[in-house]
Amino acid sequence: MNIAVCVKQTPDTETRIKLTEDQKRVDESDINFILNPYDEFAVEQAVRLKEAHGGEVTVISLGPDRVKTAIRTALAMGGDRAIHLKTEKHPDDPLVTAKALASVLKEGNYDLILLGKQAIDDDHNQMPSILGALLDIPAVTVVIKLEVDGNKLTAEREIDGGHEILEFSMPAIIGAQRGLNEPRYPSLKGIMRAKKIQIEEREVATEPEQLKVESLQYPPPKSPGKIVGDSADAVPELLRLLHEEAKVL
Amino acid sequence: MKVLIYGEHRDGQIRKITFENITLTKSLNVPFEVVFIGTDIPDAGEQLSRYGAEQVTLIKGSGLEKYSPDGYAKILAQLVQKHEADVLLMGATATGKDLAPRVSAILNAPLATDCTKVELEGDQLRLIRPMYAGKVLANVSLNSGIKIVTVRPNVYSAHENPADADVREETVEVPDFKTVVKEIISGAKGKLDVTEADIIVSGGRGMKGPENWHLIEELAELLGAATGASRAAVDAGWRPHDEQVGQTGKTVSPTLYVAVGISGAIQHLAGMSSSKYIVAINKDPEAPIFKVADYGIVADLFEVVPKMIEELKKMKN
Ligand SMILES: Cc1cc2nc3c(=O)[nH]c(=O)nc-3n(C[C@H](O)[C@H](O)[C@H](O)COP(=O)(O)OP(=O)(O)OC[C@H]3O[C@@H](n4cnc5c(N)ncnc54)[C@H](O)[C@@H]3O)c2cc1C
Ligand SMILES: Nc1ncnc2c1ncn2[C@@H]1O[C@H](COP(=O)(O)O)[C@@H](O)[C@H]1O
Repeated sequence: MNIAVCVKQTPDTETRIKLTEDQKRVDESDINFILNPYDEFAVEQAVRLKEAHGGEVTVISLGPDRVKTAIRTALAMGGDRAIHLKTEKHPDDPLVTAKALASVLKEGNYDLILLGKQAIDDDHNQMPSILGALLDIPAVTVVIKLEVDGNKLTAEREIDGGHEILEFSMPAIIGAQRGLNEPRYPSLKGIMRAKKIQIEEREVATEPEQLKVESLQYPPPKSPGKIVGDSADAVPELLRLLHEEAKVL
Repeated sequence: MKVLIYGEHRDGQIRKITFENITLTKSLNVPFEVVFIGTDIPDAGEQLSRYGAEQVTLIKGSGLEKYSPDGYAKILAQLVQKHEADVLLMGATATGKDLAPRVSAILNAPLATDCTKVELEGDQLRLIRPMYAGKVLANVSLNSGIKIVTVRPNVYSAHENPADADVREETVEVPDFKTVVKEIISGAKGKLDVTEADIIVSGGRGMKGPENWHLIEELAELLGAATGASRAAVDAGWRPHDEQVGQTGKTVSPTLYVAVGISGAIQHLAGMSSSKYIVAINKDPEAPIFKVADYGIVADLFEVVPKMIEELKKMKN
């Protein structure tokens, strides 16, 4: 099976996000970057499928030079090849990223393309579905279970208030959600192996962006809440506040 | 500027986000139309006119009863063009998240997802969308002919504002589906999903075990709330994953969020900090949940929650 995994490098979820002085960008100086957590599920699934069915896993990431460390992590988990699409920064507009990824994915003739359901920096939640439309192949996202039977795929995805089971065939795109698998930690052997893999670099000409982030701001600070009490005796007062002050009961 | 609102439905029921988006669009003072693909909603016109919809289109075609992401996307993209809409407005629901990016790709129209503010300045849309799990808010502009926006459910509340709705049916050519839904496994019957609930009662590791969850359920029942959980409770196998609130679970913004025995880790806050009111019950006064809570009780939940149940029962009678 010829598999591609698209991965993004994102800040660690614990990282405090600081804005630049002009509030146009995120100040990256103190950020600890990681492989986007959802992409770990995508990489894990790719490696498991390769282990079960044979084939090769190509890791693809678009972004500035620093994304190479995320690529290395994915390789250490079991990826075989890697393509780094070099840009100065991550585009604001997901459609621009998607078109660049799509052109590389088209060339690769992949049977299966795996992604995370969401990158935890921009939180767009778009890429698997956009790529499905751009490449005109089935794309199923928020997937928590995937079964492969020859060319046929069955995926279970989370929807509001339940699950949906979909059937489709390869080539196809999957957006991974937590629950799909338990990602492995890269082994020492895996890390050594990853170091020896040459990451193929490509320059990409990105299109002009139609979606622009004009500025960023911190969410308005919450005024400190009220501690209503330190025992169950405070319950009537709490309910009164919810009823009379907040008017939610 | 004309807005096309994607009408969301499930099991023949119009979902709340559709009414919320109508109220939002009415506040922008621009013409709009609501379209539904697939299903028969017997009293669609009546329900929608209550919120002020004047134009409703029901799209019919063979095979449309079942959702197909690629099929619906192609039809929706055609509709946006044929009906000459400038903006496609959807909910940031499971369906909206699945469908909107596909329409964006087909039309080469930019998409801002999960917006918490949609305003009009002249003929420019001003959009705010949270990023980095809500640690940052981005002011976003879409510079294009057609624009696509999904709005976070529950952020704009729906207001009744009656009008006369003109309901039309339109038949479309249905493309071949690449993917079809074979089966839908609903959660527990009649269970309210956290993303749609006005009130949520969530439990965390402080609940000690699934055998104590009747407290959460009873409290939720009395409040007409949905039940949620922290990842710790889900990982321990106490609760199903579809209840998980947070970065790897669901993003919610109810009117009232009650956090019981939840510490308030940053990844949990990511999913619920845009709630209008937050109540925290935790015995640790240093728990970070108190930093975002509007009201807190620092005490043993096994004393507080039964007392809440008791008092609410009294109030009901
Ligand atoms: C990448 C990533 C993604 C994550 N995604 C999510 C997510 O989506 N959602 C999520 O929730 N977490 C998520 N987490 C996990 C998160 O970091 C926390 O571990 C988790 O939220 C803790 O759950 P908790 O508050 O229930 O448990 P704890 O942190 O253990 O808190 C339990 C609380 O209960 C209180 N307590 C105990 N006994 C009592 C009592 N008798 N009465 C009153 N209070 C009591 C304690 O004081 C404590 O504050 C994620 C973590 C990572 C790394
Ligand atoms: N710059 C990128 N390079 C490679 N893959 C990406 C990139 N951005 C997003 N993705 C993939 O798309 C998924 C969804 O991202 P998003 O739509 O941005 O939330 C991520 O989990 C990644 O798998």
